[in-house]
Amino acid sequence: MFVEIMNAISKYAIPFILLAIPAYGFFKKVKVYEAFTDGAKEGFTTAVRIIPFLVAMLVSIGIFRASGAMDILVKAVSPITGLIGMPGEVLPMAIMRPLSGGGASGIMSELITTHGADSLIGRMASIMNGSTETTFYVLAVYFGSVAIKKTRHALPAGLIADAVGLVTAVLVANLMFG
Amino acid sequence: MINVVWFLFIAVGIIVAAFTGNIEAVTDSAISSARLAVDLSLGLIGVMALWLGIMKIAEVSGLIKAISKALRFVMVPLFPDVPADHPAMGAIIMNMAANVLGLGNAATPLGLKAMQELQELNPNKDTATNAMCTFLAINTSSVTLIPASIIAIRASAGSANPTEIIGPVIVATVASTTAAIIAVKLLQKLPAFQIKPQDLEEVKGQ
Repeated sequence: MFVEIMNAISKYAIPFILLAIPAYGFFKKVKVYEAFTDGAKEGFTTAVRIIPFLVAMLVSIGIFRASGAMDILVKAVSPITGLIGMPGEVLPMAIMRPLSGGGASGIMSELITTHGADSLIGRMASIMNGSTETTFYVLAVYFGSVAIKKTRHALPAGLIADAVGLVTAVLVANLMFG
Repeated sequence: MINVVWFLFIAVGIIVAAFTGNIEAVTDSAISSARLAVDLSLGLIGVMALWLGIMKIAEVSGLIKAISKALRFVMVPLFPDVPADHPAMGAIIMNMAANVLGLGNAATPLGLKAMQELQELNPNKDTATNAMCTFLAINTSSVTLIPASIIAIRASAGSANPTEIIGPVIVATVASTTAAIIAVKLLQKLPAFQIKPQDLEEVKGQ
């Protein structure tokens, strides 16, 4: 029941917003077409402004991923993550998650194919992936769009939140499906 | 922090690649990543224009102000430096709603709009404000009700119950959002993350 309601909301949310906001404007006597195009013309400049920041971030992550340094990092961290009940198979995905959304999804698909979607590993990988964000990508895009270079405590705070999300995902998965 | 992390990814990557024999893969990856970054950015243009247009209507009609007013009891404690009726509040709320509902396509343009509004309040244009860091911490740890892409991968892999992860994901994201808010509010007090007086001088001198 809850799932069906949620699916209906996500299906209708965008059409609803696309109707509701112009309708509200229309009845408030806003020139909706002119307001829309006025706002929309910023789309191009915003997208272009992100480019240097995204190139910097994706290139450095790409080099790190392709080098094989990930395997070394996994070996170094696995004794610690084993203590909280995280199987070694899932660890590469956990490390990949804040760096690359596509990379993490790739590892998750691989784990699900090898171990089965309804295995503990398959479920844990799904929950971990759904509970965290591509923090580096988001920071590069969001700060890049306004040309912020000194990001202060945004990265450590985001990574702490990712770590808490991952650990909680492992605990909940073991509790529910272990 | 970001300078160190960025440099380490490149330095460690290239040194490790030299030992593991992946040096050609590193070259390929550097070039293809640069191309991917441009494709991703340019791919945003259309959807950015759409949502920025819709947001403009919401702004001009006073809708955003009304929404921010209704939610000021949550927003003002989270973002004490932002005036309660500032357009940034409305854009932040819209971005959070899109994230919670798993509407990734709408979330990014709305979030970038929020950053632009926050930047207007920023006296130091190259340095993040507390409000920006708080917004991004909440954004990257967002409570998620519908992890749509994960459910799709599970369904296509033949899971008997692809949506069974929704409950656990809600629990884990509530925990991560809580941690994000606590972390960002504590970290902003640390001396290492204060805006230094010499940074301000630099800006004035320009």
